[in-house]
Amino acid sequence: MTAWSRFCRNRLALLGLALVVVLALSAALAPWLAPLDPTRQTLIEKRARPGGKYLLGADEFGRDILSRVIYGSRVALLVSVLSMLIALGGGLLLGTLAGFTGGWLDAVLMRGVEILLAFPYLLLALAIVAMLGPGVLNTTIAVGIWGVPAVTRIVRGSVLTLREAEYVGAARALGAPGRALLRRHILPNIIPGLIVYATLFMANAILLEAALSFLGLGVQPPTASWGLMVSTGRDVLLVAPHVATVPGLAIMLAVLAFNLVGDGLRDALDPRLR
Amino acid sequence: MLTFVVRRLLLAVPVLLGVVFVVMLTIDLLPGDAVTLMLGEHATKDAVAVLREHLGLDKPFAVRYLDYVTRLARGDLGRSIQQNRPVARELADAWPATLQLTIAALLIAAGVGIVAGIVSAVWPNSVFDAIARLASLFGLSMPIFWTGLVLIVVFSLWLNWLPVGGAGSLSHLVLPAVTLALPSVAMVSRMTRSAVLDVLGEDYVRTARAKGVGEPWVLGKHALRNAFIPILTLLGLQSGQLMGGAVLTETVFAWPGLGRLMVKAIFARDYVLLQGAVLVFALAFVVINLLVDLSYGLLDPRVGRQG
Repeated sequence: MTAWSRFCRNRLALLGLALVVVLALSAALAPWLAPLDPTRQTLIEKRARPGGKYLLGADEFGRDILSRVIYGSRVALLVSVLSMLIALGGGLLLGTLAGFTGGWLDAVLMRGVEILLAFPYLLLALAIVAMLGPGVLNTTIAVGIWGVPAVTRIVRGSVLTLREAEYVGAARALGAPGRALLRRHILPNIIPGLIVYATLFMANAILLEAALSFLGLGVQPPTASWGLMVSTGRDVLLVAPHVATVPGLAIMLAVLAFNLVGDGLRDALDPRLR
Repeated sequence: MLTFVVRRLLLAVPVLLGVVFVVMLTIDLLPGDAVTLMLGEHATKDAVAVLREHLGLDKPFAVRYLDYVTRLARGDLGRSIQQNRPVARELADAWPATLQLTIAALLIAAGVGIVAGIVSAVWPNSVFDAIARLASLFGLSMPIFWTGLVLIVVFSLWLNWLPVGGAGSLSHLVLPAVTLALPSVAMVSRMTRSAVLDVLGEDYVRTARAKGVGEPWVLGKHALRNAFIPILTLLGLQSGQLMGGAVLTETVFAWPGLGRLMVKAIFARDYVLLQGAVLVFALAFVVINLLVDLSYGLLDPRVGRQG
């Protein structure tokens, strides 16, 4: 049975995939899907309750929450995809370098990774974003760099194991140069595990972007970011709880989607783990 | 055992020095200048220069790093820029609140997570198992700053059972601790379920059952004891998650701890305070994982002696 058919038999994973598709469509078609301009303010209708003209209500400045949630999916997807690419790219490069060359370079790189992993969750990204300053691009970079040490360690571990595998030894004995070993024999075997990790990383990246924006250190107003929207709603929590809770639901569904797909992929790609 | 502890502690020193280096370098590259921020935009060049010199910012990075590390060795973390108080004092004031919050959350995570995981593993694919797995999926997907706000709306606003924020009594601790614990409860219950299921499939468990050992005894004596090592490892790693989460939870609930102090320090560009706070978090994380490694020896006689 192929990995894909195993994936398709997992109903939760399919639900996750459907949610990811909805998210991607909402990001791609935001200008057509959003009923109102996400930045238009109408102070008379501020904090409007859900229903009527504002399907999910309006925020402190009278902006349509539904439209802002739809536009917010763009930020969430953009930041999570790009930061995932940064984390994977950096981790693959450093991990193969450390695992394949070994010696002092390996020692130095791995001590560096250890130091970065000693930062409790969120604090490294906080420190980086404090350095770079807020904004979409800098948030992406901070989330991406946050992911690099973990990917580096995973890749290095796999390279070390695969380097000693018999078929790689056989290829080496036949005279295959190092680059070919890496490209033809080692990297293809790392990819499936990395795909699973990348999917679950996307879930974490969305959470991290939302957290940074919530603290006021990530995406800045007036850009519609879910974390920022929750933070705005916090000020009016007691009079208009929907302003903070609706965008939070969007974060949860997006994160849930990638978690479900990641879990499904792991079970499909490595049936022994079930 | 003692040599193992000493060796591990010595190995932690370069990691912590590295943490200080990364943080100082990060702050060194900050675009906004702390001095200009403190004096306002209209400060004269002379005033800026005098204050920079006073804070030692005119010296090169390497000199400042060595300076900081030597003073650190004497327990001196410098003075905070905003409050002009010793950073060690400010951290000592905020530390107990964060400790209280994270320990409460860790206890909830371990207690609820382990019990739920065991029940799920003993009756796999039961109704409880299905509900627990679904709940843990949601627990892992909810942003905790949002969970905190939802809990405030439900328990403070609608039901009026618990205070909205602040610290002081046990009732103030309930909502922040539960909020912080939720993602970890999910992780721990998942891990416990799979660890116990793994062990229950082992040969020695089948042997124990075959020779007529009662089910509670099989579970307590064989399954849990062996399943505990991966669970403990996870709890150590989760402590890092909890400390990072404390930054968010403390902000949501106005909890007067290190996390809130840190966010304030970032906004005020108070790099001396920020440095100290990050260092304390990293130190705590390293120490907790050392404790976890040491406790393996207590659970598994094969581990620990030689390190």
